[in-house]
Amino acid sequence: MAILSTSGLARTFTTKQGPVEAVRGIDLRVQPGEIVGLLGPNGAGKTTTLQMLTTLLPPTGGAATVAGRDLVADPAGVRERIGYVAQSGGVDPQVSVREELVTQGRLYRLAKAPAAARAAELAAELGVEDLLDRPCAALSGGQRRRLDLALGLVHRPELLFLDEPTTGLDPGSRADLWDLVRRLRDRHGTTVVLTTHYLDEADALADRIVVVDHGVVVADGTPRELKQRHAGSPGASLQDAFLALTGRRPAPAQDPAPLSV
Amino acid sequence: MHVLAADTALVFGRYARQTLRSRFQMLFGILMPLLYLVFFGPLLRDLPLAADASSWQVLVPGLLMMLGLFSASFAGFGIIVEKNLGVLDRMRATPVSRLALLLGRVLRDALLLLFQAVLLVVAAVAMGLRAPLPGVLIGLVFVALLSTAMASLSYAFALRVRTPQEFGPVVNAVTLPSMLLSGLMLPMALAPGWLDALSRAVPYRYVVDAVRAAFTGEYAGTEMLWGALVAAAFAAGAVTLGTRVFRGAGA
Ligand SMILES: Nc1ncnc2c1ncn2[C@@H]1O[C@H](COP(=O)(O)OP(=O)(O)O)[C@@H](O)[C@H]1O
Ligand SMILES: [Mg+2]
Repeated sequence: MAILSTSGLARTFTTKQGPVEAVRGIDLRVQPGEIVGLLGPNGAGKTTTLQMLTTLLPPTGGAATVAGRDLVADPAGVRERIGYVAQSGGVDPQVSVREELVTQGRLYRLAKAPAAARAAELAAELGVEDLLDRPCAALSGGQRRRLDLALGLVHRPELLFLDEPTTGLDPGSRADLWDLVRRLRDRHGTTVVLTTHYLDEADALADRIVVVDHGVVVADGTPRELKQRHAGSPGASLQDAFLALTGRRPAPAQDPAPLSV
Repeated sequence: MHVLAADTALVFGRYARQTLRSRFQMLFGILMPLLYLVFFGPLLRDLPLAADASSWQVLVPGLLMMLGLFSASFAGFGIIVEKNLGVLDRMRATPVSRLALLLGRVLRDALLLLFQAVLLVVAAVAMGLRAPLPGVLIGLVFVALLSTAMASLSYAFALRVRTPQEFGPVVNAVTLPSMLLSGLMLPMALAPGWLDALSRAVPYRYVVDAVRAAFTGEYAGTEMLWGALVAAAFAAGAVTLGTRVFRGAGA
């Protein structure tokens, strides 16, 4: 039984310049406990897809069942069961780390004491316990991202959406974040759907990669399958597969030395 | 209902703490009405503005409405920043009530304005205002209602623009004519027919007349009735619109 399934999910924006078909029709199935990477170049429609799946943006077409709830008929039910970490995060720089964590718990309807306890527990789990009483503005990029992740986890969601979780981080912080995501799945069985435009990230982290381009799914498989199918051999690089699929070079990894994936 | 109250209290707490962190913001809105009180009020002292009221009883209700109009209409400013930081979407992705996301913020705005309104009345009494206490309290209730309405509209509009630069000019273009057309400085009873007729399209016109009546101890006249009806309808409409915007796009 899939924890996430969509059919023909679409979103067209109406702009002064005319309609923009950001997402043309996404068909997706995710099994419980999977880590799925939505991989695609900038403008492919990844963020728009996530915003629909997290109830922030109403779809203009198609249907989806998210964590057992119908996206359009029961958005409130969806919200209770999922976590979402946007690309920009979402903390007020003036507010303390503790206050953000406790407020987030209370927004998920935890009572005061459990929200405070959960804040401390998460801070320890994600290595920000020494920073609890600092304002969010005082955190480094990597610490900020771990706090963002903690905010998405306060209510122990069964399904977590991460939008570009490591964009802008240094290599060390990226590797730390990958470890955290893997640990989350291994320890709690959390299903993770993340977007990325980094091939190394998709290759290293995802059990399955869904390549999105121009608002549609153009390929779907394990990293190994994609390399085999689209670049000719399992030993080929994901970069070759990506190039064959989209006709474009993806973003390079952030490390100065190009990673062979 | 219980859930809505708890959610509203939570959102209110967050923004009340934000306001308390910035003492400057707490007093900023009161500056303009205070300047009018001190530098404009004395000019009116011997003018026959109303048959049975002092010039202070005419001016101070107008200044209270001015406070509610200008400060509340800029309430949306902060939410543009929050939207760009991603705070708003982070909250909208949780089960929290959409109405509470608006009401918690608006409640903070209304309480802040009430606090400023009390300071203004105290300053006015020092300048020479004499008005019955129940009338002043009624005036404060109207300030709270109108602030709620105006702040809701401000949030609704702020959620539809991308930058503060788009927001400011539109707000100015609405507030200044509203202030002039509702007779906040001098009563519209002094106006020529066409201006008086035009002013009847602005909700603040009815409310300021009601507060002026309250300040002279008239609690049961037609002014009070119209003011109460218009203020209640305006607030209900604005909150409904604001909630719809929080629920929907927010884009
Ligand atoms: N609110 C909007 N109005 C108009 N066009 C939009 C809006 N949001 C996104 N788009 C367009 O939709 C396309 C997909 O955007 P997005 O989902 O952000 O892509 P990605 O996250 O894959 O980089 C882009 O062409 C973008 O310009
Ligand atoms: Mg994006």
